[in-house]
Amino acid sequence: MTRENSFHGPLADPAGEAGHEDHPPRMGFFTDTSVCIGCKACEVACKEWNAVPEDGIELLGMSYDNTGSLGASSWRHVAFIEQQRPLGHQDAGLTDLPVGPSSTETTTEVVAEALEATERGGANLGTAPVDLGFPSFDLPGAGSGVENRTQFRWLMSSDVCKHCTHAGCLDVCPTGALFRTEFGTVVVQQDICNGCGYCVSGCPYGVIDRRPDDGRAWKCTMCYDRLRADMEPACAKACPTDSIQFGPLDELRERADRRLADLHAIGVSEAQLYGRDPEDGVGGDGAFFLLLDDPEVYGFPPDPVVPARDIKSMWQHAGTAAAMMVAASAAVFLGGRRRR
Amino acid sequence: MGSNMAEAHPVGFQWIIEAKLRGAKVIHIDPRFTRTSAHADQHVPIRAGTDIAFLGGVVNHILSNDLDFREYVAAYTNAPYLVSESFQDTEDLDGLFSGYDPHTASYDATSWSYANVNSEPHPGHDAKERSDPYQHGARGPFVETADGGIESDPTLQHPRCVFQVLKRHFSRYTPEMVARICGVPEETFLQVCDAWTANSGRERTTSLVYSVGWTQHSVGAQYIRAGSIVQLLTGNIGRPGSGIFALRGHASIQGSTDIPTLFNLLPGYLPMPDTRHETLSDYLDGVRGPEQKGFWGNSDAYMVSLLKEYWGDAATAENDFCFDYMPRINGDHNTYRTAMDMLAGKVHGFFLLGQNPAVGSAHGRLQRLGMANLDWLVVRDLSMIESATVWKDSPEIETGEIVPEKCRTEVFFFPASSHVEKAGTFTQTQRMLQWRDQAVEPIGDRRSELWFFHQLAVRIKERLAGSTDERDRPVLDLAWDYEVEGDEPSPADVLRHINGIDLTTGRTVNGYPELKADGSTACGCWIYSGVYANETNQARRRVSRFDSGPYDAEWGWTWPLNRRILYNRASADPEGRPWSERKKLVWWDEESGQWTGNDTPDFELKKPPHYRAPEGSSGPTALSGSDAFIMMADGKAWLYAPAGLADGPMPTHYEPHESPMRNLLYGQQGSPVRKVYGRPDNPSNPAPPEANSDVFPFVFTAARLTEHHTAGAMSRQLPYLAELQPALFVEVSPELARERGLTHLGWAHVITSRTAVDARVMVTDRMAPLRIDGRVVHQVWMPYHWGSAGLTTGDVVNDLIGVVGDGNVFIQESKVLTCDVQPGQRPRGPALLAYVEEYRQRAGITVETGTRIATAGGHLERAHIEPDEPDDDPPEEAS
Repeated sequence: MTRENSFHGPLADPAGEAGHEDHPPRMGFFTDTSVCIGCKACEVACKEWNAVPEDGIELLGMSYDNTGSLGASSWRHVAFIEQQRPLGHQDAGLTDLPVGPSSTETTTEVVAEALEATERGGANLGTAPVDLGFPSFDLPGAGSGVENRTQFRWLMSSDVCKHCTHAGCLDVCPTGALFRTEFGTVVVQQDICNGCGYCVSGCPYGVIDRRPDDGRAWKCTMCYDRLRADMEPACAKACPTDSIQFGPLDELRERADRRLADLHAIGVSEAQLYGRDPEDGVGGDGAFFLLLDDPEVYGFPPDPVVPARDIKSMWQHAGTAAAMMVAASAAVFLGGRRRR
Repeated sequence: MGSNMAEAHPVGFQWIIEAKLRGAKVIHIDPRFTRTSAHADQHVPIRAGTDIAFLGGVVNHILSNDLDFREYVAAYTNAPYLVSESFQDTEDLDGLFSGYDPHTASYDATSWSYANVNSEPHPGHDAKERSDPYQHGARGPFVETADGGIESDPTLQHPRCVFQVLKRHFSRYTPEMVARICGVPEETFLQVCDAWTANSGRERTTSLVYSVGWTQHSVGAQYIRAGSIVQLLTGNIGRPGSGIFALRGHASIQGSTDIPTLFNLLPGYLPMPDTRHETLSDYLDGVRGPEQKGFWGNSDAYMVSLLKEYWGDAATAENDFCFDYMPRINGDHNTYRTAMDMLAGKVHGFFLLGQNPAVGSAHGRLQRLGMANLDWLVVRDLSMIESATVWKDSPEIETGEIVPEKCRTEVFFFPASSHVEKAGTFTQTQRMLQWRDQAVEPIGDRRSELWFFHQLAVRIKERLAGSTDERDRPVLDLAWDYEVEGDEPSPADVLRHINGIDLTTGRTVNGYPELKADGSTACGCWIYSGVYANETNQARRRVSRFDSGPYDAEWGWTWPLNRRILYNRASADPEGRPWSERKKLVWWDEESGQWTGNDTPDFELKKPPHYRAPEGSSGPTALSGSDAFIMMADGKAWLYAPAGLADGPMPTHYEPHESPMRNLLYGQQGSPVRKVYGRPDNPSNPAPPEANSDVFPFVFTAARLTEHHTAGAMSRQLPYLAELQPALFVEVSPELARERGLTHLGWAHVITSRTAVDARVMVTDRMAPLRIDGRVVHQVWMPYHWGSAGLTTGDVVNDLIGVVGDGNVFIQESKVLTCDVQPGQRPRGPALLAYVEEYRQRAGITVETGTRIATAGGHLERAHIEPDEPDDDPPEEAS
């Protein structure tokens, strides 16, 4: 759509833009978290297929999440969120039970404290509670520590690299280790990576990370080797409920729109798509999600922006400034002449 | 109910999600809010151990409001049959049925029979010791039927007809009573009733799913009976989208009951011969009655074919087909009795295959002490499991109860090959056999079970060659004629033998109707007959449902005879027409004169709906054209069991063996025939009417996590699984955490009269206290996957659980007990023993606690404790 630059905004053909001719359609993941059962088969299948090492046998106590976050050795991460609010018309069965206040807030604090002391191979984003500085979005009475709990829901969601249309990691990689594949996905070549770590700070989602042992960067490849062999990625293959769906991104977007409409129709009004919109700060994600709450609840940044988005305006501003300086200098000379 | 399907059966749960996407409503009735509840439309928290009270309430709701599917009930169940005048209900006897003997804690079921049937008294004690009801397995017991049929009232009005007996029995299971017992508010309970009944009938069907949350109770068999009654009253058996789904616990646990690893069963649910059976005909008379309807009438063909498979040419009509070679059981040889017999020195050797009792069986301590008192122990497993190392690293080393230098057990460990390293079949929940090919060669010394037992048999036969000792004949005469590939039998050829072979042609038979009682066929498991029809491995078929119709008829093979839905004759009305177009499955096609439809009809193909059996007929011939339940002795589904169960013809709410509550319905507190083992090493927490139940005030239940596999041998060793659930924890509600001072991620220990175990605390809103009869009752939950080996280790949760069993099938009551929870870690070493002893003293626990089984009428009957000295006549050894 916008051929003048490829740093941000909608982009119909990222693979073509990267120089692939006659390439297959852009492939992606649609993760429908409303049918995720939290079995973590995706995490295991990913590690098995890609020989990703174990990265910490320790209890995090974040509900059933002991992975914590995506990282160099966790390319799929299933988040578990225990919440005091209803899921559509679901009846959690708390009515008329002799219950007291919720424990969610206290356990969250305990987990946050424990997490800081935990050595993880991964980045610091994830489902760990982040103080966003907002007033509470919770229902009246929830979490204030005195009212009895009446609502509950348990959300699960499998996170993964977003394979952005405009990938911050790829933009900043100085060695060419990161590249755009013919499927429109973004892959690191470990034999080229020099471990500089620019990509880590370039990723607006906190996905890519370096391994502590040799410092090279690792992340989800959308099973590039399997894709080239016409197989679906290991996580999607293993997912028993088709929460993780793999296919041409166009088809997935249509499917996601239909699913969203269905959920809204049955009263799950909070359902929303995340990363679906080509107009967002990364030009839309190659791996996008259907969420049942705001993104930050799952540990997603609410408004991710590829750092390179501002390159054009930065250069424009710099150019304008330079031009103005030239003009001003010229004016000095010209003005001087006139005066003379 | 009784199932955490999303977590324990995630692959099967895809179909629940699929159903939900198509508009199905899912209700999850469970003590905890689990990953299953997260996807349910409604979660109904319930007190563990009270499901019969809940289901009894549903039955009462259906019958009091005339919500049953009357035409279905009248046609296909035994609702119209009259019950004997001598029958007395729990309504009359304070929670007991007629025929109870408090001395042996067993029933003489004679008075439960149908009205015009003359029956001899059958004292129930011996039957209970053999777990006879389990032997009835898939077939049900035979019932004597009088000439001219069973007396009945088709209008269902006679006060003694099953329908009215049932109505009266459940009349006190009111919504108010359900709320008081189960902790389920009345309104919530009625919502479930409404959803269930509104979604049943001609046009709609409802499925019921259960797992071991239902079976592992002292009344486990009756839980399932209760579910069956609801499903029969609502017309939800044998129809599309209906049924009772018994989710099995492992990849092929269904297979291991079909071709059983149980002491009292032979393949295909034929009972194990016992000491009463001198001859083959004695035995067969115990399997089928002379006037019995249905396909068990042909059990002579099944048994003779099995004997021919075992002993080949040596089995002849003259020598009773070697029936004398069969071992006979003479009592209880179940797995827990065997562990106790090990302790008593009655068991010398033990083969352990694919099981880790040191971690995975109730009362792990008893298991470990038993295994440390053998001459030899053979363990075959994928890794060095705790059961193989009891002599050197069990928790009893720390307490000084096992001393490695003195432990007498010699352990032989054999590495086993995994499922990808060998070919064979899995039989899953739907009774489907699915063949899998070998993917890779086993590494190192790993070998398959087939290899092991083949080699064992070959070598033992070699050792015994030339022996003239009579007792060696059964082994020497074994046919053992499998085709061999390398040094192990061909798995496909073994499946051929299981399918059955026509010995006159040498070709496989096409199904069990072809089996003969004259010795001309051999068959390893009659219900699997047909899996190798036409000399083709039917289990290996992989035709997608998109190419073979909605019932996947050509994907794998389902016993019996590839029928996907059992008793599917009931999907049509008595005249053979589908109950509705929407729910059609099989129907009578007048033109072709046979049954047809989307599934293999579970009925004689050419028997018309209006067929009536000639007088005096028996077996399949005696089944009328509307006797949809073709395996039952009267052709009907049983709302009321006139025989066959140890604990009553109808489900009755009894409190669990260990409970914080008095039974609110009857004076009889717990199951009157539950199997107790009153021994000093198997103490029970007190339950009302005994005193001091408040020492263990909380309800305890245990189950699995998705991330681990049962006793952990297949998951704690694997880094990718160990990191996903890296520590043993105990789930408590915020309310209980406040009450006991427990903090999230801190340590706590859980205590019963058996021991105390450590765990990290998980405080979660997913656990909630219940209001039970006006008081608040807390429940705690633990996963049970941990032991001392592997990448993540922890205390053995099963050590908390004592041994008490269902009187029908001996399954242990491990899904509900009582406990205390305290912050901090437990004492270690000998101090642990003292700590638990202090609890026992505080609770006044003696060997008699919990064993005074009969409490009806307000008085405690005698305690059922074991004699100090072994019996003069010890039971046969089992291994």
